[in-house]
Formats: sequence, C-alpha cells, structure tokens
Amino acid sequence: MLSRLAESLYWTGRYVERAEDTARILDVYLSLLLDDPWAPEGVVCASLLAAMGHDIEGPVDTSDVMHKLAWDTSRPSSVVGAIAAARENSRTSREIVSTEMWESINVTWHESASPGRRANTHAFLSWVRERAAAFSGVADGTLSRDEAYQFLVLGRAIERTDMTARLVAARALAGDVGPSWITLLQSCGAYSAFLRQAQGAIGDREAIEFLLLDPLFPRTLMSGLTRAVASLDELENRGGVSGTRGDEAYRALGAIRSELEFSPIADLIEDIYPLMERVQAACSAADEAIGRRYFPRGLVTAWMAS
Amino acid sequence: MADVFDNYRLGAAWDEMISADGTPRPAYRAVHEALQRSGAAELRAGQDALSRSYLNQGITFDFDGEERPFPTDILPRVIDDASWQTIEKGVKQRVKTLELFLADVYGKGQVFKDEVVPRAAVTSGKGFYRQAAGIEPPNGVRVHIAGIDLIRDEQGTFRVLEDNVRVPSGVSYVLANRGAMRNHWADVLGKVRLRPVNQYPQRLLAALRAAAPRGVTDPCVVVLTPGVYNGAYFEHAWVARAMGVELVEGRDLLCSGGTVRMRSTHGERRVDVIYRRIDDDFLDPVQFRADSMLGCPGLLTAARAGNVTLANAVGNGAADDKLIYTYMPDLVRYYLNEEPVLPNVDTWRLEDPGALEEVLDRLEELVVKPVDGAGGKGLIIGPQASRAELDQMRITLAADPRGWIAQPVVQLSTVPTLAGDTIAPRHVDLRPFAVNDGDDVWVLPGGLTRVALREGSLVVNSSQGGGSKDTWVLAPENTVPPPPAVAPTVPEPESITPMRAPDVPPPDLPTHQPQELQQQQVRAC
Repeated sequence: MLSRLAESLYWTGRYVERAEDTARILDVYLSLLLDDPWAPEGVVCASLLAAMGHDIEGPVDTSDVMHKLAWDTSRPSSVVGAIAAARENSRTSREIVSTEMWESINVTWHESASPGRRANTHAFLSWVRERAAAFSGVADGTLSRDEAYQFLVLGRAIERTDMTARLVAARALAGDVGPSWITLLQSCGAYSAFLRQAQGAIGDREAIEFLLLDPLFPRTLMSGLTRAVASLDELENRGGVSGTRGDEAYRALGAIRSELEFSPIADLIEDIYPLMERVQAACSAADEAIGRRYFPRGLVTAWMAS
Repeated sequence: MADVFDNYRLGAAWDEMISADGTPRPAYRAVHEALQRSGAAELRAGQDALSRSYLNQGITFDFDGEERPFPTDILPRVIDDASWQTIEKGVKQRVKTLELFLADVYGKGQVFKDEVVPRAAVTSGKGFYRQAAGIEPPNGVRVHIAGIDLIRDEQGTFRVLEDNVRVPSGVSYVLANRGAMRNHWADVLGKVRLRPVNQYPQRLLAALRAAAPRGVTDPCVVVLTPGVYNGAYFEHAWVARAMGVELVEGRDLLCSGGTVRMRSTHGERRVDVIYRRIDDDFLDPVQFRADSMLGCPGLLTAARAGNVTLANAVGNGAADDKLIYTYMPDLVRYYLNEEPVLPNVDTWRLEDPGALEEVLDRLEELVVKPVDGAGGKGLIIGPQASRAELDQMRITLAADPRGWIAQPVVQLSTVPTLAGDTIAPRHVDLRPFAVNDGDDVWVLPGGLTRVALREGSLVVNSSQGGGSKDTWVLAPENTVPPPPAVAPTVPEPESITPMRAPDVPPPDLPTHQPQELQQQQVRAC
C-alpha cells in the first residue's frame, strides 16, 4: 500500500487511542481532586502535566490541566486536539478507511466542538471513551485484515503503551499524594480484572505489578508491547517490504519488553520513574524507526523554471 | 429570577438546611448558594440525567415486577463535622455493645444473671436461635457489618431508631450516589471538602478476611446471594465485584465433612468466609426452614466446626429485636460503663405494668411497630390511621404485647428535595454503616439517607415510596489528613522535569494546496 496512506492509518490509530487514554487519565485526576479533601492540587496537577510532556512554569491548577490536556485545539496532545488530528488523518485516507470508520471519527470531531457536549466535563470524557470504543469496534468489524489494519493496530498499541507509561510516571512523580495505584487501575478499566486476579491481595505492589506486567489485560504495558511486536511481525511477514527481524522498531520494543519481563519486580518498582522514561523512549524510538522504514519521505523534486 | 426557595414552607420538623429564621445553616451554605444561582429547570435536568444514568448502570429496584431506577434525589444531605463526630462515636459505641451482648446471649448469659435484661425478653424473640449457641466466631466478631438507623428529632438531636445487625442493605447506593452526584455538583464539590466513601469495599474485605477460620492465611471469601430475583441483587453483585470475590448462590456450594466448597471450572474450591445476604431462616435447611432452596445444607455444621465463618453470624436477630432496642441504653452502661452517646427514641414496652393500657388509650397519637418488622412493614402511625385500623390494632396489641412496641410520633427532620418542579421539605432518616474487623469498628462517613418522597410521609422505606439522598459529611476545615501508615513522599513541584512530549508525525511535505485549489477553480469554469 502507499506509504502515505499507511502513515495516515498509523496516526489515526495513535490519535484515537491518545484521545481515549487522555480522557481516562483526566477523569481519574478530576475525581481525585473532587473526592479527596486532602489532595494538594498544585503537586498533583504539576506531576500530571509533566508526565504528559508539558513544561511546568510556575504553579498550576485544575483549570491549567483541563486547558492543556482536554480543550487546547492547538495541540494534538489534548483530547480535542487528538480527535481533530485523528479525523484529519482519516480524511486524507478516505479511500482506504471504511465509510463507517470515517463517519464515526467525523461525527466525533464535529460533536466534540459542541458546547452541549462540553458542558459537563465528566460526561464529555466518558463520551470520548465511548466514541473511541465505537471507532475501534467499527474498524474491527469493517476493515480487511490487510496491511492497513495492521498499521492502525500498530499505532494503537504503541500509543497505548506510551500512555500507560505516562499514567504510571505521573503517579511516580506525585508520590503518595497522587491517585492511589488502585485508582490508576480503575482509569484503565482494569480494577475488576485486577481484583479477581489478586483475590484479596491488593496492595500497591500487586497493583503496580498488574499494570506493568499482566499479560491478559489489554491495557498493561506488557500487553501493549506484545501487541505492537505482533503487528510488526505481521507486517514483516507480508513480504511487502524487504527486511529482517533485526528491524529497529522491533528491537526497541522487544528490548524494553524483555527488561520488564525478566527483571525482578522489586527492581522495577524501585526504579519506576526512570523505567517509565525508558518505556516511553522505546515507544518514540520505535515510532521513528517505523517512520523511516515504512513511511520514507523522499526529497521533494520540484521543477524550477529558470 | 424566582428564588427556588420562594414556596419552601417550614413545618414542625427540624429542617436541616433552613433554620427557623429562614437563613441557611452553615453546613449547607455552599449548596444553598448554588441553588440560588440555578433554576428549578436546571435541577430537573440534573435529576433526569441522574435517573437515566442509574437506569443505564442497572442501579434499579424492583417495583411490582417493574425495573425502576433507584430514586435518588439530586439535592444532597449535608452533615457538619461536629455532628458527624458524635454520630461516629455513638455508632461505634452501639456496635460494640451489640457485639458484647450477642457474645453474652449465646455464651455465659451474665446479662441475665445480673438482671439487666430478662432472659425471656431474648429467648422469646423471633431472631433468637438456639442453634447459634456455642458457635464461637474465630476473631470474636458476630457483627461484621451493621446498619444503625438514626433520625433527627424536632430539636435537631440525632437518635437511634433501630439497629440492624442481621443483613443490613443499602450501602451500594451510598457509593453509587456519590459517583452520580459528582457530575451535577462538580462546582460545589470543588469548594467544600467531603470525607470520602470509597474505602468501604476494601474495609469490608479486610474485615471478612480477618474473620477467617484459624490457621487460614489466605482465605477464600465469597458473597452468598439468594439469586437474581432478590430485590437487593444489584447490591450483592456490586459488593462482590467491588471486593473482587465470587458471588455464589446456594447451589454453587456444597458442604461435606464439615467444610464448605464451591463448584468451579477447576474443581471444588474450599470456601473460608461467607458474607451471606440470605436470612437465617433460609440459610441451612438442615437447621432452619427445611423447604429453603436458597441456602446450602450443612453450612451451620461447618460454622460450628470452625471451618467456615458466616458474616454476619447466625442468630444476630436476638440483638436487633425492637424489644431489646428498649434495653440498649442500659446495655451500653452495663457493658461499656459509658453513657449512651446517641439517645433512643422513647419507647413503651407493652409488657411493662400499665404500659399496654396507656398505649391502647393513646393509640391515635402513637406509632406502633412489630418488634421483628423490616422495611416499615406492619407499622401503624396513629394520627394517620383510620378508625378501623386502630380498632384492629387494639385487638392485635392486647393479644400479643411481646410482638409490638409503641413510640410517640417523631417528626423526622426535613431536607429540601426536588418535588416536581419545586423544592419542598421532605422527611429523612440516616443509616450509617459500620464494619467491625475485630480490632476496631470503622464507620463509613455519612451512610444512606433515605427520604420519604411523598409530601408529609414519615415512611422512608424504598418499598413504600421512599428514595435516597447522597450524604455529604464535611471534612473539618484546614485539617491535616489522617496520618498514613508510612510517611508519604511528596515531591517539590520545582524538581519535576517533564517527560518527552507525545510523538507527532514529522513535519509534512510542502503542500500542494494552492495548486489543488487552482485546479478546482479551472474545472469550475
């Protein structure tokens, strides 16, 4: 398939996932600040913004967080920014995404601008989650399992891993005044799964271990990395592109996955923030490698009239 | 704009928001202010959204076979810090007393020998089970979960109306209500600080695990439900999910050799603690009602052998009988050597000399209740009853004085409630929930506020047109948080270095836009 289209699908996958995950994270933090009378707003907000890649200049509060992570249309790292970027990428690949996928994201984009939708923040955030789920469902139901699909899934898996790493990093930065590890599990929709698996042993340690390493729940780091690696494998084996398993993206993701899988859990927890930085860096490295390999940008040839 | 309180008429009852001179009480200031700004239409919209979300989530109750959203009012009930501290202390005291009393009743019976309570008052109760005598709970706890119903009288004093130490229900609504109210009241919640309620499931699980049979280090806890047709099934499923334990029915369990096991895909699995939501009568057909299909034969034998813990214990009904209720102040003094923090409502025991005659004489001004009734069943409110009902009641009382108690009509306190398109005072009670893990009694901040949605009604039970309100307990101003087990790590905001910004695609190729547009224009010609 055309590199340009593959790239659009990859970024559609990433941005839809980014919108959803950011909405999930925000919902947790807003609930925390409303529910816990003792949460220090400044520290909690600063840690969240830092983990989401924003520079902190001076004190910040909930409205800064909401502006930067939810409403700022100028950045693709906010919820509405990511929705717009996903829609733009779908628009430039309309011939390959299914009609239903395009409509799903287009409707979401139009509606995300309506004041009615935005009136209630919590309702807006859960609506974003629902729309992202609808998009994924439509994609799963209407897209051939060809390369296009693999690029969409690859983007989603890398973004999900990246965002889970940021979620954990934000908590590591905020320390004990941040949301509890249990709350983080809730933000991933993982709490019930965790409770059933843990059977009463539900300390912080178990929660971290679950969020990092559980191979069955789809939003853990381990699952995200496994999914991304599997997609790279799929793309490789289609023979569309010549190459070897020594692929850079494959290596970056595989290395960090091995570190998670084979390090003692105590070491991982001890080292949690730097570890999350490494996970995030691996995602970025994979992203660049995928770009170089599958979406090469040749020099622009322009005809200059003399 | 018309004030939503324009037609708000104070009655004889204590109004929790508006004081007698028409000004809002301090605890309600933030809510009152918000109400001044919002119209009734906005409240109505919030109420509709809340009901819809309950229907979507399946937070419903069964009303004549129809699934209805559990009626929760959009206006919260607020309790200030000082009142809460009194309630918390009083509830703890009450639960400790009930616990000691039950241990005594099913043990040595010292309380009878000391003539604080006549033995006949206990053994004649329907909730007393000889079968429970001699069953020693592993950590001494019989009342793992208690619901102590409180009302607030005309002077604003909280009083205990009844104790529930069998299968108190309603706690799931407390957490559901808080979750649902957050949406509508986000602005106000940003200003007032509330004590959080979300620790309940973990507190309960910890208490249940602590109650495990001796020698079991990693107990298997289950919730036992009568099944999906039970009115409280939503709560049973919620509690099991919130604790991450299995929700079992009687048919999933089997007892043999004095142990209890459940049938699973990996074979039979030993069960150590059962949080049972089935009444004593239906629990074990070997010991109780032989026709019960809900429980599991042999449960009590296993409990007696110390191989499984039942929570709450069998026979707790001996303590929350309404006749025993009348002895509670004496029992608090007897067991704890303290004065009761929360007073009772004045009550006549009809077997006392002269009491029956006085009650029969003044029946039209009293409330009479069956001693073992739940859900407001069988209760008669004198001033609202017909002559025929009163005459019938006189015959009933004379025939069975042990079966009834009488109380003066207390005007339960009122809280502003959305009624149609206006706000009106409606009567409320409060059920705080307490969890006893053997070391300490923990009281869930707030509890379930039940509200009688019909004008003037004093009956708050959901089976009789009652609803609920979210109950806000204000955290003390500028307090320090409760000390954590380990010193928290708090970062300096200045020390935080941000992570890399999220990935974006590399800058795009030079765009062909002007030419694309040009071409369109050419075509358009």
